[in-house]
Amino acid sequence: MLYDITLRIEYAYDSLADAGRHILRLMPATLPDRQRVIASNLDVAPVPFERSFSFDFFDNRCISISYDEAVEETAFLMQARVDRSPLDALFDVSPDLKRLGVELESVHSVAAASPHHCRGLSRWVPPSHEIAAWARDVVAGCPTTLDAVSRINRTLHAEMAFDPEATEIDTPLEEAFRARHGVCQDFTHIAIAALRSIGVPAGYVSGFLRTIPPKGAARLEGADAMHAWVRAWCGLEMGWVEYDPTNDMMAGEDHVVVAVGRDYFDVAPVKGALRTAGSQETSQSVDMVAVTA
Amino acid sequence: MNKPQQAANRSDWGSLLDAYRTLPGVADELFDSEGRVRPVWQPFLRDLAGLDKEALDHALARGSQYLHDAGVFFRQYGPTDSTERDWPLSHLPMLIEAGEWQNIATALMQRADVLEAAMADFYGPNTLVADGVVPARLLASNPEWLRPMVGVQPRHGHYLHFIAFDIGRGPDGKWWVLGDRTQAPSGAGFALETRMATSRSFSTMISSAKVMRLAGFFRRFRDTLLDMRDNDGSRVAILTPGPLNDTYFEHSYIARYLGFMLVQGADLAVRENRLMVRTVSGLTPISVVWRRLDAEWTDPLELNESSRLGTPGMLGALRSGSFTMINSLGSGALEARALMAFMPGMSEHLTGQPLAMPNIATWWCGDAAERDYVKANMKRMTIDNAMSTRLPFDHGPDIVIGGRRTDGTPVDPAWIDEQGPLLAAQEVVSLSTAPALVNGKLEARPMSLRVFVARSGAGWVVMPGGFARIGNSAESADISMQRGGAVSDVWVVSDDAGPVDTLLESGSGGINKRTQDASLPSTAADNLFWMGRYVERADFKIRLLRAFHVRLAETGGEYPLATLLSDYLEMLDIDATDSIFSGILDDLHSALRSAGQVRDRFSTDAWNALVDLSRTTEMFAERVQPGDDASRAFSVMLRKIAGFAGLVHENMYRFTGWRFLGIGRAVERAGGMTSFLQLATDTDAPDGALDLAIEIGDSVMTHRRRYAAGMSRDTVIDLLLLDDMNPRSVLHQLMAIDEHASFLPITVEEVRMTPFQRKVLEIKTALTTAAPREITPGKLAELSNDTASLSGLLAETYLR
Repeated sequence: MLYDITLRIEYAYDSLADAGRHILRLMPATLPDRQRVIASNLDVAPVPFERSFSFDFFDNRCISISYDEAVEETAFLMQARVDRSPLDALFDVSPDLKRLGVELESVHSVAAASPHHCRGLSRWVPPSHEIAAWARDVVAGCPTTLDAVSRINRTLHAEMAFDPEATEIDTPLEEAFRARHGVCQDFTHIAIAALRSIGVPAGYVSGFLRTIPPKGAARLEGADAMHAWVRAWCGLEMGWVEYDPTNDMMAGEDHVVVAVGRDYFDVAPVKGALRTAGSQETSQSVDMVAVTA
Repeated sequence: MNKPQQAANRSDWGSLLDAYRTLPGVADELFDSEGRVRPVWQPFLRDLAGLDKEALDHALARGSQYLHDAGVFFRQYGPTDSTERDWPLSHLPMLIEAGEWQNIATALMQRADVLEAAMADFYGPNTLVADGVVPARLLASNPEWLRPMVGVQPRHGHYLHFIAFDIGRGPDGKWWVLGDRTQAPSGAGFALETRMATSRSFSTMISSAKVMRLAGFFRRFRDTLLDMRDNDGSRVAILTPGPLNDTYFEHSYIARYLGFMLVQGADLAVRENRLMVRTVSGLTPISVVWRRLDAEWTDPLELNESSRLGTPGMLGALRSGSFTMINSLGSGALEARALMAFMPGMSEHLTGQPLAMPNIATWWCGDAAERDYVKANMKRMTIDNAMSTRLPFDHGPDIVIGGRRTDGTPVDPAWIDEQGPLLAAQEVVSLSTAPALVNGKLEARPMSLRVFVARSGAGWVVMPGGFARIGNSAESADISMQRGGAVSDVWVVSDDAGPVDTLLESGSGGINKRTQDASLPSTAADNLFWMGRYVERADFKIRLLRAFHVRLAETGGEYPLATLLSDYLEMLDIDATDSIFSGILDDLHSALRSAGQVRDRFSTDAWNALVDLSRTTEMFAERVQPGDDASRAFSVMLRKIAGFAGLVHENMYRFTGWRFLGIGRAVERAGGMTSFLQLATDTDAPDGALDLAIEIGDSVMTHRRRYAAGMSRDTVIDLLLLDDMNPRSVLHQLMAIDEHASFLPITVEEVRMTPFQRKVLEIKTALTTAAPREITPGKLAELSNDTASLSGLLAETYLR
C-alpha cells in the first residue's frame, strides 16, 4: 500500500527557550521487504543554526539540529511517501517459553537486532511485580512464545481503556496499569514489561497509523498522533514480531515504522534539553492517507 | 638492605608493639609469617620508638595541622543532608619495599592493557561476545555500556588514560585486585595531600627512608594531557560536577596543582561539533577534557535527561573527534562487579596471557552452573547487584553476606534463581593487616591499597605510592571511609628515591608548556564578582551596626539618630537590636558559597580567612549582648574582613578573576555609600547625621585634617563622594572599576568600549567634574540608580 504521510509538531514556549538542541526521530525507516521510503522531507522552523543526519545504535534515522539563539517556538513538518507491504501469512514456528531461553543463550551478539538489548529493565520500563504476576496468569498454558505474545496483547487490549486524557508522557507504568487506562505509549510499555517478565525480549516501535480505514473496517485508535507498538522476539526462526496492543492486531500494512528501541527513551520523536523557565505547549497532528493509483 | 639483620623481635621496640595482635589465617604487613618484623619497617619503627610521647604527639599534630590549614575535606552524605568532613588521616604510613612494588606495578600495567583492549572490543568488533567469552546479556544489561558510543574511535587511539586499582593482600601473601576504577577515579589529589601531611609528621624518617616521590607521576600525566591539545590555542579542562560532589575539594586542588581550568557542565557549550567553554572573552575551544563526572551525567540530550550537570551535544562533539575525553565515555562499563568473573578469560582472549595479578573470585548468577555453585557455597560469599560498582568491602543496602541480609534474615536459594542475572557473588576476602597508631601504640588493622595508573606518551606510568585504606577495627574487614575507615600514605621504600621533584621545577617542557593562559569561565567570574559584593556588603552592614550599638550603649537608643539608623538597617533586612548577626551571616554564607565554587582560583589562606570570619560571626551570634559588647564584636569582625581583603589584595595574582572580585567590591561600596549619603545629607536628616556618614565612611580623621572650618553638607559630599584620594569615596570606587574594566577582554562586537565601560566612564566623569553644591538630592538619587545599573550591565557583557 502506498501512503502519503504528513506530520506536524509545534512547540510554543512561555518564555524564550535558550539555545536549544534536539535530536529528531521523525523520518520513516527503510526496511527490506517490508517498507520502502519513496521520498521524504523535514522542514524545521525557524531554520536551525546547525543540522546534520546520522543513524543511531538501533539504525534509526536521526536528524540533529541546534539553535545558537533563543527561540519562541519551533515547528517541524515531515512529509513522506512510503510503500508498505502487507504482512505475509505467519506460521507459528516459535518455541515454547522454556526453549526460548535456551535459544537466547545461543545468540552471541550485541548488534542492533540482538534480542539481548530488550531483556532486562530499561529507563521507562522498571521491573514491576504487579505486571509480572498478571503476565504469569495470562500466559499460563500457552504452547508457544508467539501465542504468549498475542495472549498478552489481546488481554491487555481487553482490560485497558484507550484514553488520551488519562495519562501524561511521564506517567509511571504501574499507575497506568493499575487504572487500566492510557494511550498507545502506556499500552506498549506495559506489554513490554509483561513480556520481559516472562522471558520474552520485547522492545518499542514508534511510527504512523493509517488515518482513514479501508472500506468496512473500523477506525484505528491512535492515528491522530505518532503511534507506538511492541516488538517481541519469538525465537531464532521467527525473530522479531510486531504487535499493536492498542488495536489488538499484528502491525502490518496499516503501520509505518519510524524507529525501534528498548523503550520510549530510544525512539522519542523530539529529544532535547530546552532550558526555559516557563511552560511549553505542544501540538501534534498526523495524516496518513492511502494513495490510490 | 646492607645493614646487618637485626633480631627484629617485638621487645626491640619498647612498648610500641605491646598491643599489636596479628590474626590467624590473615597476612600482616609488619610481621612476616615467622613473627619477625619485616626489614622494610625496621628503620622506621626504630625511629618511631625513639620518640617520646610529647615528640610523637607533636609529630602527629603537625600532620593534622597541615590538612587543616590546606582545607582538605571530603563530603559525606547522610540520609537527609551532607557535611564536609576532615580527611581521615591515619598518620602512620604504610611501607612497601621497592622490589615488591615493582611487581605490583608490572602486574597492574598488564591489567591496564587488558582493560584498554576490552574497551576497544566492547565499543568495536565485540569479539568477546561473539566468541562466548563474555555473555551478550551481561554486556547488554550494563548501564555504563553506552550505545551512543559504540563504533566511535577515541581521538588519540586510546580509551583509558587515568585509572586506579584497589588491591589487597590475601592470606597466602599474594596481592589481589579488589576493584578496577575506570570511570573517573578519585583520590590522586588526596594521595598528594596525604603525602604532604605525613611528611610534616615524619620529615626526617621520610628522607632517610628514601621514599619514592610522587610529583614526577603528575608531571608526566600533565604533559601528556597538554600534548593532546590541538595546535590552535585550545585548552585542557577538568570537568567537575561542582561543590556538592564528595570529592570536589580534590577537583579544585588538582586543577590548581596542574594549572588546568576547572569547569562545570554549564560552563561548556557545543558549536559546530566543537566543545567550547564560555569565558569572559566569549566561547573558546577545549580539546582535552579530564572528567571527574560519571558518564551518565555528561549529556542530557543523549544520556540522562534529568542531568543538570552536563552539556547538551557533548556526545555529538565527542563522536566527531573534536576533543579527547579522559577517560572515554562508556569506560565505566568495566567497573561492573559481575565482569570480574570473566576477566581471566578476557585476558587470555585479548592478550594471550593470563592475568599477572588475579582479581577476587567472582561468580555471575546469570549462568545456571555458576548459580548452583553460589547456592552451595554462599556461606563464604557476598552477593550483591551484578552491576554494582562498589568495592567488595563497601557494602550496599542489598548486600548478602554469608547467606544473610543486613537485617540478619537468611536468603532463600530460590531468590538467587529468581534474580539470576541481576546478581554477582564474590568470595569473602580476608585483607592483610597493617599497623595503625592508637594511643601511642601500634594496632593491626585491615588494609587495602589504591594504586593510580596513568598513560603517558611512553606507555603506562604507575604512581609510586597512592594511599591505603585502614579499617577502624581489627575484627571487621570494613574499611570504607564513609563508615569510619582512615587513610594513610604509602611509602615505597627504595635504595634510590629519585631526584627531589616538584611541579614547580619542571624540567623538559619549560615555561610555555606549563602555563596555559588562564581564561576565566563566566560562572567563575560571576562567583568572584558576587563574593566581592557579599563581603563588602557585610562590611558595610557591620559599620552601620557598630555605629548603632556605640550610640545604644551611650544613650539607650531612643533618639532621632538611632531611629534613623535602625530604620535604615531595617531596609537592609536587619533588626538592629534582635538577632543582629543573622543578616551578616547570610551575606558571609553567600560569600562562602560563591567562594566555594571557585576554590581553584583562590589561595588557601584567603579561603581560611573567610571561613574564620564566618565561624567567628557564628560564635558572636551565640553570646554577644547588644550595646558595648556588640560594638566590640563588630570591631573584631571588621579587622577580620580587613585581613581577608589584605590577603586578596596583597597575594592574589592579577588574573582576570581578581578584577571581577575587585569590581564586585567597588560596585557594592559605591552603592552603599551613595544610598547612605542620600539619607544623611537630606535636609530632614536629624542632627549628627553628617557625623554619622563620616564615621560609616571611616573618614573621621581625614575630615578633621582637611576641613578646619568644620562639618557641612558640602564637606561630607566632597570627602565621601567626590574625593578620588579617599579610598572609601564613591569616585574612588568608580576609578577602581574603570581601571579593572580596562583589563577585561573586549568582546568582538564591542570594538571600542563595552556598555559596562561606557556607563562607568559616564558616572566617573560626572563625579570628577561636579562641585559639592551641585550635588542636589535629585542628583544623588540619579547617581544611586546609575550605580545600581552597573551590576546588570556587567552581567550582560561578560557573564552570559
